[in-house]
Amino acid sequence: MAITSIMGTEIEYGIMVKNDPDFDPISSCVLLVNAYREDPAGEILWDYDQENPLADARGFQVDGEKYTPNQQENIARNKTLINGARYYVDHAHPEYSSPEVTNPRDLVIHEKAGERIVEISRREAASKLPADATMLVYKNNSDRKGNSYGSHENYLMDRRTSFKQIVEHLLPFLVTRQIYTGAGKVGSENRNHPCDYQISQRADFFETEVALDTMVKRPIVNTRDEPHADREKYRRLHVIVGDSNMSEYTIYLRNGVTAIFLRMIEDGVIQKDLVLRDPVKAIKQVSHDTSCSRELQLDNGKKMTAVQIQKQMLDLALSHTASLENPAWVPDVLEKWADVLACLERDPMELSEKIDWVMKKSMIESFMERKQLDWQSSRVSMLDLQYHDTRPDKGLYHMLERQGRALRIVTDEEIAAAIHQPPEDTRAYFRGECLRRYPEQVFGVNWDSISFANGDEPIKRIMMAEPLKGSREHVQDLLDRSPTAEDLMANLQA
Amino acid sequence: MQFIRNDKREKLPLYRAADSSQKQKPKGGGGDEPEAKGDGATKMAKKGDELKEEMDNLVDEIDAVLEENAEEFVKNYVQRGGE
Repeated sequence: MAITSIMGTEIEYGIMVKNDPDFDPISSCVLLVNAYREDPAGEILWDYDQENPLADARGFQVDGEKYTPNQQENIARNKTLINGARYYVDHAHPEYSSPEVTNPRDLVIHEKAGERIVEISRREAASKLPADATMLVYKNNSDRKGNSYGSHENYLMDRRTSFKQIVEHLLPFLVTRQIYTGAGKVGSENRNHPCDYQISQRADFFETEVALDTMVKRPIVNTRDEPHADREKYRRLHVIVGDSNMSEYTIYLRNGVTAIFLRMIEDGVIQKDLVLRDPVKAIKQVSHDTSCSRELQLDNGKKMTAVQIQKQMLDLALSHTASLENPAWVPDVLEKWADVLACLERDPMELSEKIDWVMKKSMIESFMERKQLDWQSSRVSMLDLQYHDTRPDKGLYHMLERQGRALRIVTDEEIAAAIHQPPEDTRAYFRGECLRRYPEQVFGVNWDSISFANGDEPIKRIMMAEPLKGSREHVQDLLDRSPTAEDLMANLQA
Repeated sequence: MQFIRNDKREKLPLYRAADSSQKQKPKGGGGDEPEAKGDGATKMAKKGDELKEEMDNLVDEIDAVLEENAEEFVKNYVQRGGE
């Protein structure tokens, strides 16, 4: 494949405090994030200096104000962890950004480790509240009142690939992939057609095809151009349409298939015309059709279902990957993709142990049947929400997993290890290890740099523009020879 | 205790009509019993009963943890818009 697939996810969680009339989401988020303590923990800034969220991939800079908190606020809102992740307050949501990984299986491990970290801190934060107040956190995307918050995927791409090509191929891919990535939702929102249940939590909120904004008039393809890496070589594709997934199988498929598809765009092998007449309309049509059989209008006059479009993409992937040397996860993801599409064509409900939206729908329908409820019942809405509850004893996804009704991809041991250990094959390793070894000397961190303070000396910043450099293989020896941060600086400059 | 499900194990449909082409999930390790010499209807009825019991168990577990005052809770769940 063209480039090793570096990826990561950043997920905003929903938060509330029960029985607290003065509930304020921002201060609750700060309480939550600060409740997670790594020992020893430094007072470390998130280095906003090089962030440029107003750079647009189509080649221009948008006027606007970048938000940069003052130093105190910064330290209170940002935690960079020894596993290389970032846990922070993003406006009024707690957000967890996984460290950079090279494959979808590690992505599952680290996204799940993030869930555990959020839950650990929730428990800790909740213990600081008055007796009858409870803090609750949800890994979902919608409050059913018109507000949405995101689960974003990031994929490193070769900068030479034209953004125009990316947009053309990504639009039909993202519109249709929700048939196996959707997290399911009761009802509809944002002035869309009413429905009982739909495939995606996010689809209703997408109003344009391509744009820079992430919070209003959301675009299916986001043009944010902040590579956090060598900008001559790399692009970071920022995908905002995804749902917050609970199922490991769904997460694995979501990232694995998307990474393969992006490689196909880079390699210029998508020869089929799958351009949709109206992607913004189609994204809702797909989401609102739980039979997955509705035909979508292509721009060339033909009509195809989402499953058929995905099958065309799968066929291309199978023939392209056959000519390449692939990492082990690629054939595994292709096999699962093929299997899932075949099931969707026969009967989506066959996927009730693999795909979030089906799992949730199956659970809700069992409950409705036994209790004689309909889709408008508030208990049904509660099931939708509680599926995403982070508490292992109350969250309904966790219950299904415990009962053996959710197919798993990784083990609890792997997830537990990832709470404290960074991936070993990306620069996350160097970042995490520096934080673990020299917490008191680290001054500031960003994805592509880490800076150290030593008394009155000027701050020294180490640039990490190459996501694959800084792996264990590269830096273990250096770190082992550097008991202090001063030693590290000296050894680097030697 | 968590475990990784083997892909080839029979899946239990949570909410499906009883279907003779579906295999049953063995309960408590009893999946290797010799085929009963009953007629198809008895087998279907037995399978239907087991499915119903599984579904009841699921619903009971949900009941045990589901938020009590659903209407108020759902009404109060409001978030600020995010990215």
